[in-house]
Amino acid sequence: MGAQATTATAAAPLDYLLHLADNALILGQRNAEWCGHGPILEEDLALANNSLDLIGQARLLYQYAAQIKGNGATEDTLAYFRDVPDFRNYTLLELPHRAPLAATVAGDRDYATTIVRNFLYSALMALLWERLQGSPDAHLAAIAAKSLKEVRYHLRHSRDWLVRFGDGTDESHARAQSALDHLMPYTQEFWTASAHETAACQAGAGVDAGELRTDWNTLVDSALAEATLKRPSDKGYVTQGKHGVHSEHLGFVLAEMQSLARAHPQATW
Amino acid sequence: MTPTATVPAGKHAEVWAALEALTDPEIPVVTLRELGILRDVRDGPGGGIEVVITPTYSGCPAMGQIEDDVHSTLAELGIEARVVTQLAPSWTTDWMSEAAKDKLRAYGIAPPQCGSHGSGGEISVMRFSARAAAPDIVPCPQCGSKNTTETSHFGSTACKALYRCLDCLEPFDYFKPY
Repeated sequence: MGAQATTATAAAPLDYLLHLADNALILGQRNAEWCGHGPILEEDLALANNSLDLIGQARLLYQYAAQIKGNGATEDTLAYFRDVPDFRNYTLLELPHRAPLAATVAGDRDYATTIVRNFLYSALMALLWERLQGSPDAHLAAIAAKSLKEVRYHLRHSRDWLVRFGDGTDESHARAQSALDHLMPYTQEFWTASAHETAACQAGAGVDAGELRTDWNTLVDSALAEATLKRPSDKGYVTQGKHGVHSEHLGFVLAEMQSLARAHPQATW
Repeated sequence: MTPTATVPAGKHAEVWAALEALTDPEIPVVTLRELGILRDVRDGPGGGIEVVITPTYSGCPAMGQIEDDVHSTLAELGIEARVVTQLAPSWTTDWMSEAAKDKLRAYGIAPPQCGSHGSGGEISVMRFSARAAAPDIVPCPQCGSKNTTETSHFGSTACKALYRCLDCLEPFDYFKPY
């Protein structure tokens, strides 16, 4: 947790919790798009389960964040009534399931993009949740312990498919490589701490993701080698999603996700 | 670690007895206590009773139903109670009693084959995610054969995988180690 002085009950700052929660919610929402449209039944189930786990994690984090925020905040107000600049998720997670210049028809969803993205993110979160289990913020540590078990299944699932695609047919290999080339630069965002991550580390409650980079590289490199895929450069524009500066895609994701709640803000069931 | 508290005397005992009958909404043959979901009954800070439950998977949609069931069961007896969700210690299939596992099997769901730490002991991300690791060998709950195969690591609910038996050819759910 760094060399900073910590207190025994160091609480994670609100923005740090929202970063973790927004990551889970936005990827959960994206992966849920495959529900009913999976390439095969087993993968339809797999992504629905993956999505359910992520949204569950988001709920636990939002509930905790709402507690800290007070002032009538709830998991619902945080999920449904914040706008694009308030969201703290990595840009990687809001991208649609397709290569950058594909047509916009829903039928162009690309499963290789889904799998590669899930793998790159799950590899990070497996390492991050493992470290956060030791956070002096007991509530966050408890959420980390649960999320870790779930993300390991996500990692295994996405890694298996990554290898099957990479070490598969010419077409699956080409699509997997293409997805990897497209998505790898978005992972740069993981490594340089934002202000809220720095604050969380100084409070002792958070983990500097930059410390995980070596282990993440090991995980990724071994999977790519097995998948016979070439590791692309991750250089280029560093996305700023966790700073609230998002791609053109997040607005559409939120519009779809939030429209019902915003149309009926007092609704309960 | 014992999965359940010993039942104390007095009003707590009455509450435990009432909740003893509550089963998992999805798996009506095992009780919440046997699954380790129902953790404790204690006095609340402002008087009254607190019932402590712990969620299984983060997104488990049955937790809402379970909370409602606890409330309505106790309300019927005129007992007012607060349901408290406790995240730590983290729920694990290791808390499932042997009796619960037998009931699952009899119901047609294969119980977890190993501890949450897997056969290797230490939780290892690298080993856990290795492609070479075979899925658990799970005996068929219908015919007992070990000649089974995993159809999908994800099944009808967050906690289950889908298997089929290559001898009797029946599909079945497998409760995953967690």
